Amino acid sequence: MRIAVITFPGSNCDYDLYKAAQRVGEARFVWHRERGLDDFDAVLLPGGFSYGDYLRPGAIARMSPIMEDVTAFARGGGPVLGICNGFQVLCEASLLPGALVRNASLRFESRDVLLRVERADTLFTGDYRDGQVLRIPIAHGDGSYVADDATLDALEAERRVVFRYVDASGEATAAANPNGSLRNIAGIVNERGNVMGMMPHPERATEELLGSTDGSGVFTSLASGVAASAS
Amino acid sequence: MSTAEGTATETHASPRPGDPPITPELVAEHGLSEEEFERVRRVMGREPTFTELGVFSAMWSEHCGYKNSKRLLRLLPTKAPWVIQGPGENAGVIDIGDGYALAFKIESHNHPSAVEPYQGAATGVGGILRDIFTMGARPVAVLDSLRFGDLDDPRVRYLFGGVVRGVGDYGNCVGVPNIGGEVAFDRGYAGNPIVNAMCLGLLKHEDLITASASGVGNTLMAVGARTGRDGIHGATFASEELSGDSDEASRPQVQVGDPFTEKLLLEASLELIASGAITGIQDMGAAGITSSASEMAGRAGNGVEIEMADVPVREAGMTPYEILLSESQERMLVVAERGREHEVRRILEKWELEAAEIGRVTDDGRFRVLESGAVVADIPALPLTQGCPTYEREGVESEDVRALRSADLSEHLIPQGDLTRSFLLLLSSPNVASKRWIYEQYDSTVRTGTVVRPGGDAGVIRIRGTDRAVAATTDCNGRFVYLAPRRGAMIAVAEAARNLVCVGAVPTAVTNNLNFGNPLKPHIYFQFRQAVLGMAEACEAFETPVTGGNVSFYNETDGRAIYPTPVIGMVGVIEDVGRLTRQAFRAAGDDIVLLGENRGELGGSEYLYVTARLVAGEPPAVDLVAERALQHAVLALAHEGLLRSAHDCSEGGLACALAECALGDGTTPHGVRVELDDDLAPVAALFGEDQGRILITCDPSSTGEVLRVAERHDVPARRIGSVTDAKGGFRVAVRSGSVSADPATMADAYFGSLARIMDAPLEPGA
Repeated sequence: MRIAVITFPGSNCDYDLYKAAQRVGEARFVWHRERGLDDFDAVLLPGGFSYGDYLRPGAIARMSPIMEDVTAFARGGGPVLGICNGFQVLCEASLLPGALVRNASLRFESRDVLLRVERADTLFTGDYRDGQVLRIPIAHGDGSYVADDATLDALEAERRVVFRYVDASGEATAAANPNGSLRNIAGIVNERGNVMGMMPHPERATEELLGSTDGSGVFTSLASGVAASAS
Repeated sequence: MSTAEGTATETHASPRPGDPPITPELVAEHGLSEEEFERVRRVMGREPTFTELGVFSAMWSEHCGYKNSKRLLRLLPTKAPWVIQGPGENAGVIDIGDGYALAFKIESHNHPSAVEPYQGAATGVGGILRDIFTMGARPVAVLDSLRFGDLDDPRVRYLFGGVVRGVGDYGNCVGVPNIGGEVAFDRGYAGNPIVNAMCLGLLKHEDLITASASGVGNTLMAVGARTGRDGIHGATFASEELSGDSDEASRPQVQVGDPFTEKLLLEASLELIASGAITGIQDMGAAGITSSASEMAGRAGNGVEIEMADVPVREAGMTPYEILLSESQERMLVVAERGREHEVRRILEKWELEAAEIGRVTDDGRFRVLESGAVVADIPALPLTQGCPTYEREGVESEDVRALRSADLSEHLIPQGDLTRSFLLLLSSPNVASKRWIYEQYDSTVRTGTVVRPGGDAGVIRIRGTDRAVAATTDCNGRFVYLAPRRGAMIAVAEAARNLVCVGAVPTAVTNNLNFGNPLKPHIYFQFRQAVLGMAEACEAFETPVTGGNVSFYNETDGRAIYPTPVIGMVGVIEDVGRLTRQAFRAAGDDIVLLGENRGELGGSEYLYVTARLVAGEPPAVDLVAERALQHAVLALAHEGLLRSAHDCSEGGLACALAECALGDGTTPHGVRVELDDDLAPVAALFGEDQGRILITCDPSSTGEVLRVAERHDVPARRIGSVTDAKGGFRVAVRSGSVSADPATMADAYFGSLARIMDAPLEPGA
C-alpha cells in the first residue's frame, strides 16, 4: 500500500503519522504545493497547526493546491484519513460535515481518553470489535465537534459516527467528553465510508513503550481494507 | 565595500541627524556607569555615537555581558569526556552514545512574564527552541520551571494562568512535547514570577554547527521574520528591577511570539544546516542583530559589516539604533558560504520565509554598521563581546536570614491537631498537589517519543532506532536556598540527580538558570556567591558538568527580591529503555523499601509553610558522598531489574512521597501499610524533608537481594511496609502517631486541588 502523508506549513504530526503508516505500507511525505495523488492508495492528513491555526483551524490549509487533489482522490473513492488538524481540514474542505470549535474548557486538552468503537465495519476500523474501548491520546484546543441537529441525526441514522468518547465502563457520559463534542463524537466517516476524520491521535498509540497500542488498528484496518478492495 | 577598506585602523562614524547629544544623563539611561562609559571611550579611542552607545548598552548589560556573574561562574565544572560543547555557545552539547548528541539549555523570561505573562512565557519558549535548533539539533522536548506568589492573590492566578497558556500554546503549535518541569508557589515570588524554559534537542554528531562567523567574504543573511520596533532594549530592561508602574511603561519592551513562523524557521534552519550552504547560524535573541552579529564575529576572530538599508523591516523610518536593538522574534542570522546564497534563499522560499543579504564577514575584527553606505557604527568586535567589565563584589549575609535560620522550631513538632488532617492539607497544597491542571494544557505526546510523561520524577524521551533514552528534570527549592544558599544549591543538584536515577537514568550534565535579586546589594551577592559555590561542589561530586545556562538578576519589585532560585536542569542517559522505572506502585503485595535515613528535619519545609506560613529553620543536611552512593545503588538496582518503582522524597516528606507512589496517575490507585520505628516526633518523621531518600518497591522475593545491593553501596536500607490494594487504605504509622486515609479522599485532594483553585469563578470585584 502506498500512502501519502500530506504536509502543510505548520503540520507537526506528519512525522508521527509517517512512522505509523510505514508499519503497514510504503509512506511518502507530500508537500502541500505538490500536485497529483494518482500514485497512492491512501491519503493521510496529519495533526498540527497548519498555518498556525490562523483564521480558523484548517481554514487556510484547505485552500492549498494539494487539497484539490485530495478532494478528487476522495470523490474517486480513495481512502482519506484526517487526524486532529487533518479532521479540521476535512471539515473545512466540506469532505466531512460539521465543524470543530474551541474546547468547552476553553483550554488545550492533552491526555489519554477512552473511545468506543461504534462500528467495526469501516475501512478504518475493521480490525476492532464493535463496542471495543480504546485508550488513545488527544492533544487539541479546537476539538469540540458541532453540527446542526439534522446533520447529527443523519450521522446517527446512517451509522457514520465511528468513535465516541466514553468512560471506563463504555458509557458516553458528559464527564468522559474532553472537549464538549456534541453526542460525544470523536470520529466520523462520510456517506461513502472512504473519508474518516477523528480528533484523537491513533498514531501516538502504536507502541507499548509509549503507553498503548490501541491506535494500531486504524492503520492495520486501512491496510487490509485497501488490500481487499485491490483484489 | 571591499575588506581592504575595512582594515583601516582609524575609525570614524558619523552621528545621524536627530541623534541626541551624548550626555551623562543619556549614558546613565543606557545603564552604563561612569567608569563603564570611560572604558567605552578607551575601546573606541573617541566619543561613541548615539548608535554606538546603544550597542554598548545592550552588549554590556547584565543580560548579555554577565558582568556580575562571569567571574564566579568560572568556578563551575564544565568539562568531562562526554562534553562536546561547553558554555559559550547557543547551547551545551553532550555525547549520548550510538552516534547521537544532545543539545540542551535553560533560559529565563522572568521580566517579560511579570509584565505580560502570556507573551512573556510564549517568547521564552520560542527563544530556547531557537537556541537548540541553531546547534543543528531537532528540539525533542521542553520542560518549564515556574515560580509564583501564593494563589489566593487574583493577580498571581492571572500571571500563573497566562504563563501556563503561553508555554503551552507556543510549544503545542511548534510540536515539541513538554515532558516535565516544576512549579512552586510562595509569597517570596509574589511580585516576580520566575519563568524558565528548558529545551532538549537531538542531533547526529556530524550535524553540529556553531554560531560563528567564519570565512572572510562570506555573506550575512537575515532570515525569518522582519525587524520591527518591538522589544527594543529588552536586554537592558531585563537588567533592571521592576517597580509598581513597570506594567504599562515596560509593555512595549515585551516581544510578541509567532509559533507558526517559528515552526517554519525550525524546519528551514535544519534544512539549511543539512545543505552545507551555511557556516554559522544564530538566533537574534536578546539585543537582536547587535549581539548575534558581534558574537558570531567575536567567536571566529573576524569582523562583520552590516548594511541597515538591506535589513527587511516592518515599518519605514526605522533608525539604525532601532534596527540594531530590536528584539523582534523568530529571526535568525546565518552566514552563507559565498556563492551559495541562492541555495539559502531557495530553502527559505520553500518554507515561505524571507532571506536577505545584509552584510559580510570581514577580516578586520570590527563590528561595522552602514546606513546606505555611510558608517554609523564602527566598534572593535572582541572588546564589545568580551570586554564588558566584570565585577566580583562584597557579599554579606542578611541578618534577617541568619535569624530565620536559627529559629527554634520545637513548638512546630507538636501536631496541629490531627496528623491525617495535616497530611491531606499538604497533599492539596499547590506545591505538593498534582500539576495535572498545568501539564494537561501541554502536548506531551507529539513526536511519539515520550516514554515518561509529566507527573513523574523526570520526563523520558526515547531515541528512535536505538535502545537508548534521555531523561530530564528541573529542580530547585528556593526556600532552602534562601535559608542557606550554599546548602540549598547543593540540594537542588542532589535532588535533580535523584530524580534522574529514579527513572533509571545516569546523571550526565547540567544547565542552570540562576534567578536572583539585585547583585549590587551585598546580601544578594552573598546568596549568589554561596549558591554558585554549592552548585560547583555538587556538580563536581556527581560528575555532572555545567554546559551552559542563564543568569537572571534584578528579580525584585519595589526593592523586595525573590528567593534566590538557582534552577538546575539536569539530563541523564538511559542505555536500555526497557529497564526504566516509574514512580507509581505496581502491584499489591510488593515490599516498600526506604533507601537513606530519616532524620526528621523540618527546616524550610512545606509543612511549616502550610501549617504556620513559616519559612524558617536550618534546611535539611546534604551529604554529597552519601547522595552519590545512593545514586549508584538505585542505578544498580534498576540495572539488575530489581525495581518495581522508585520515587524521590521531597516536598511534603515521606508521607507525601508514599501518597504520590500510591496514587500513581490516578487510574489504578493502591493502598499502603507502612510502619516506621524511628525515634522522631511524628510530624518530623512524616513531613520532614530530609535529603538523600528514595522510596522503592520490589517483589517480596527479591527484598533480600535489594537490601544486599544497598549494603554493598553503603546505603542504609530497610523494608518499611508493603503495597496493598486501594481497599486496604493508606496507613503510615510512626512512633506515637499515624496517618490514615482512604485513597479516594487522597486522590481528590491531590488531583483536584489546583483545578479547584484555578477554575473557581471570580469573586465579584476581584
